[in-house]
Formats: sequence, structure tokens, C-alpha cells
Amino acid sequence: MSLRNKVKLEFLSRPENVALARVTVATVAAEVDFNLSDLEEIKVAVSEAVSNAIIHGYEERTNGIITLTAKLYTDHLEIIVEDAGKGIEDLHQALQPGSGSDPERMGLGFVFMKSFMDEVDIWTEVGRGTRVKLVKSLKIQNCVKN
Amino acid sequence: MGSLEIKKQGDILIVSIYGEFDLSAADYCRRDIDQKMREHGAKHILFDLDGVTFIDSSGLGVILGRYRKVTEQGGKVAISNVAPKILRILELAGLSRLISIYQDTSSALRQLA
Repeated sequence: MSLRNKVKLEFLSRPENVALARVTVATVAAEVDFNLSDLEEIKVAVSEAVSNAIIHGYEERTNGIITLTAKLYTDHLEIIVEDAGKGIEDLHQALQPGSGSDPERMGLGFVFMKSFMDEVDIWTEVGRGTRVKLVKSLKIQNCVKN
Repeated sequence: MGSLEIKKQGDILIVSIYGEFDLSAADYCRRDIDQKMREHGAKHILFDLDGVTFIDSSGLGVILGRYRKVTEQGGKVAISNVAPKILRILELAGLSRLISIYQDTSSALRQLA
């Protein structure tokens, strides 16, 4: 497993930047043989992670900083989305489908991330922020040779 | 960023969404649809997703929120023209169990009328 490419991006917590994050990660992922379905899944997972940072981390303030790091290894893609927002008080509750009281939101962000990625790790601390790591493995036949 | 076209046919509001239906599109879609519902006094909504190239839970939330409002008032909501990759997201979210999905707009309009 060796690092093939790395992109790090810092942007404001503006809804318009969700698409930027998706496109950035998809561009990195497209360097290797992820199929179209994999790329769609990666885009949805990134969209959910960044949207969560904007909606919940920064409570829709548009001046928060979100850091996105995409590392492409020979056998997997690792994505880290970090915010310095309010953090998640009850992570167990936040991970449940339909969590949240807003009838306009589905509470499915983490469900989509878990469904579409091979690994989802969440670190959060109230008052300090949240860091979400998403990993998508390349299928054996598609792995990149060094 | 996505865009929106809204037409009225009888008491049905036909909402055609284009492009990426994510957080950046959710707010104005929600606002515009609710405003047109009030202006036209429409009872039902048909979401035509033919032009949607991407959807996430923010976009789905707009559809779900309208579904809740419309059904509370005795109306119906339907979805038409869904690409397979979008359908997969609707199914995973459980939206396809709540809202009828039709292959084309005319079939959906017949059911809503």
C-alpha cells in the first residue's frame, strides 16, 4: 500500500462548496479504476459528510472552515472531512437513521456514508469539532500496480 | 448547482429539477415550491427527476418535506423519470416505499388526477 496522490482543500462552510468537495474527491478517485457506481457512492458519501459539517457542525454559519483531505493509495481511497464546529453531543443517537427533529431533513447522512463506504470512522468532541474518515477499497482486480 | 422549473396542470404542481440536487439547491427549491403551491392552490405535486444528475439526503429532504405537507392536506405526491443511479438512492432512503415512482410523467399525471 503506497500513496499515489494526495489533495488537501480548505474551504468555507458554504452550501455551494459541497459540490466542490464532491468534484475534487471524484477527480482524485477517477485516477484509478473505481467503476461509475463506486464513484457515485463516493460522491454521495462526501456530500453527506460536508453537508453535516455545514448543517450540524457550523449550524449553517457560512464562515466556518472545513478541511477535506483525499489520499489515494494503490488499494484504497481515504477521505477525511474535518470541521471545528460544535461537535456531536450524542454520537450514538446521531448515527441512527432518521435522527434529528427537522422534518425537512432525512437524518440519513451517516446511513449513506456507512452504506456506500467500506469504512467510516468518526471523531467528535463538543466545542472542538468533528472529523469523519471515509475509506473506499479498490476491488482486487482493479488495484493499481506500483 | 441545480435549477428548477415549476408548472401547473389542473390541481397538480409539476416540479422539474435539473442538475445536482444537494444542499446548495435545497433551500431555494423548498422555498419556490412552497410559494408556488400557495399561489396556485395546487393539491398534488409531481416531481419530475429526469434532469437530476445527483441527489443526496438534502435533496431527498426537500421531497420528503413536501410529501409530509401535501399529504397532511389530503393531497398526493408522485415522482417520475428517475435515472437508475438516482433510484438507488431513493430506495436506500426508503422514499420509494412512501412515494409512488412512475416511468414517465404522463403515467404519473394520470394517477394523480
